[in-house]
Amino acid sequence: MAVLERPNVLGYLLLTPAAFIIFFFVAYPFVWGVWMSLTNKQIGMPWSQVQFTGLKNYADLVTKDGIFWTTVWNSFIYTGIATVIKWVLGIWLALLLNRMIRFQRFVRAAVLLPWIIPTVLSTIAFLWIFDPDFSVLNWTFRHFCSWMGWECARGPLWLGDPILALASVTFVNIWRGTPFYAISFLAGLQTISPELYEAAAIDGASSWQRFWHVTLPGIKPITVVVLVFSIIVTFSDFQIVYVLTRGGPANSTHLFATYAYQVAMVGSRLGLGAAVSLFMFPVLAVVIVFQLVYLRREQA
Amino acid sequence: MARGVIGETFAKRLVVFHLPLLFFILFALFPFYVMFVTSIKSTHETYNRQVNPYVPVACAATVVEQVHSFRFNGAAVVENCFYHWRTLLRDTLFIRWLKNTLFVAVVSTFISLFAGITAAYALARLNFRGADTFGVLIFITYLVPPTLLFIPLSDVIGDLPFLHGNLLNSPWALIVAYPTFQVPFCTWLLTGYFRTIPKELEEAAMIDGATRIQAMYQVILPLALPGVLSAGMFAFTLAANEFLYALIFIYDAPNKTVPVGVVSELIKGDVFYWGELMAGALLGSVPVALIYSFFVEHYVAGMTGAVKG
Repeated sequence: MAVLERPNVLGYLLLTPAAFIIFFFVAYPFVWGVWMSLTNKQIGMPWSQVQFTGLKNYADLVTKDGIFWTTVWNSFIYTGIATVIKWVLGIWLALLLNRMIRFQRFVRAAVLLPWIIPTVLSTIAFLWIFDPDFSVLNWTFRHFCSWMGWECARGPLWLGDPILALASVTFVNIWRGTPFYAISFLAGLQTISPELYEAAAIDGASSWQRFWHVTLPGIKPITVVVLVFSIIVTFSDFQIVYVLTRGGPANSTHLFATYAYQVAMVGSRLGLGAAVSLFMFPVLAVVIVFQLVYLRREQA
Repeated sequence: MARGVIGETFAKRLVVFHLPLLFFILFALFPFYVMFVTSIKSTHETYNRQVNPYVPVACAATVVEQVHSFRFNGAAVVENCFYHWRTLLRDTLFIRWLKNTLFVAVVSTFISLFAGITAAYALARLNFRGADTFGVLIFITYLVPPTLLFIPLSDVIGDLPFLHGNLLNSPWALIVAYPTFQVPFCTWLLTGYFRTIPKELEEAAMIDGATRIQAMYQVILPLALPGVLSAGMFAFTLAANEFLYALIFIYDAPNKTVPVGVVSELIKGDVFYWGELMAGALLGSVPVALIYSFFVEHYVAGMTGAVKG
């Protein structure tokens, strides 16, 4: 048993279960996926027909596939807009929650709900809310219209128009993600020493100045973590688009994940689908490396 | 807390605090209200453009009538309010899906907690060659999204033998897949947590004759229980909420989990069973929502600990 006291032995032993899972179900599939993306593999295709095609899948996507470029564009728009709005709303909500006194538990649990419950289940509710004919959104719209004395027999087709559909999908992402920002910023706010605010107040700082020079720097470490995490999750999102539009109308709202799913699982072209999802990799890699470098610098 | 409140007038407090907070609460809860109202309306009412969709007319009328007459008639309430709930629980596989979800989430969480605790302890406490590299690797894995891996992973899991075929279409496919995101998450959270526990405690135990492993599970683990608990709870909810792997790895309706079962089996082609869908969405959210509402404070604390670590 004495051998177990040596850090070099015990350390590796304790790491084995986690290393096993990561090696066989993350690292190996990743390499396998890279290989698949270089072949013409399809669902149900016998191995004898699987051919190595080099970079053909990647080249086809970039040069011949219009939907692919819509997907790239959508992913950046979706991530960019949603991230900025969630960040602003998140700080605002965190500041509100931080001064809550009565019903604190209830209010925190209520505003956290969108983030904690299964995304597809809440998105199903939005699918009904966005219904053009029978649901709450356009009923309100029609009544508002006639109250204003305008002509509008029907409301907008929220999920039937390419621009509106992308906006609707982004809206649901904001609804779901804002609580995550808020609750994380709240944790950050609680690490700021009250003396800093007192000192700033004594020095005559306005509330805006206190926010800019005390609050924002105080939550900066957590802001980096939250942004990195949120950008990755938003950029690689699948569920909201899958439930609301399936990438439609006319393939106009695909993100990388939904397009990869459509090509690989619906169109059964596994190699091409693997190539679509691997296009996410450079962006994710940049974000992850940024995060690692930032953490290193903070620790040094 | 509550700083800057002194000296504010009521009107200012209303505008900068109460109204915005109310807006956020309504914004967050609105879809749940829609779910509930839709789940207690008849299909006929749901598809009537003339009726106010915010109000469940028939159900409300039944309830009001019974309150007025002081006569409770359960059958009428079920017929007019909980028709879709009854259908969901009696005529669909919802209960099966709920059991599958709990089974998959509980088993995968225990596997991940075990692997996460051992790895986190090693990374937080033991100085061995390669520890830093492995820590970075875990962190990178934590950030890799499932959507990057789902196509090859379905191949890898399809190649694993199980009973008379392969793992696909069985809950075990998900139990194998979910630790890929649960283990890095637990390890990351617990490494931070273990570092907040003073080293001197286990050093004292080891001077008194305990081995390192004894010190680990008799001294450190009890102290880390709050961290282990919150890691387990979040790992559980990650599994219960997962959608993509469950969508791809499971084909047969009785084997599905709640998120996939609801969106794939309660929509038949162009026909949406809205009442059942909404009842299922509400009911499927309850377990996760309950767990969280008890642990919100833990989450805030855990988050702070993890970021500090």
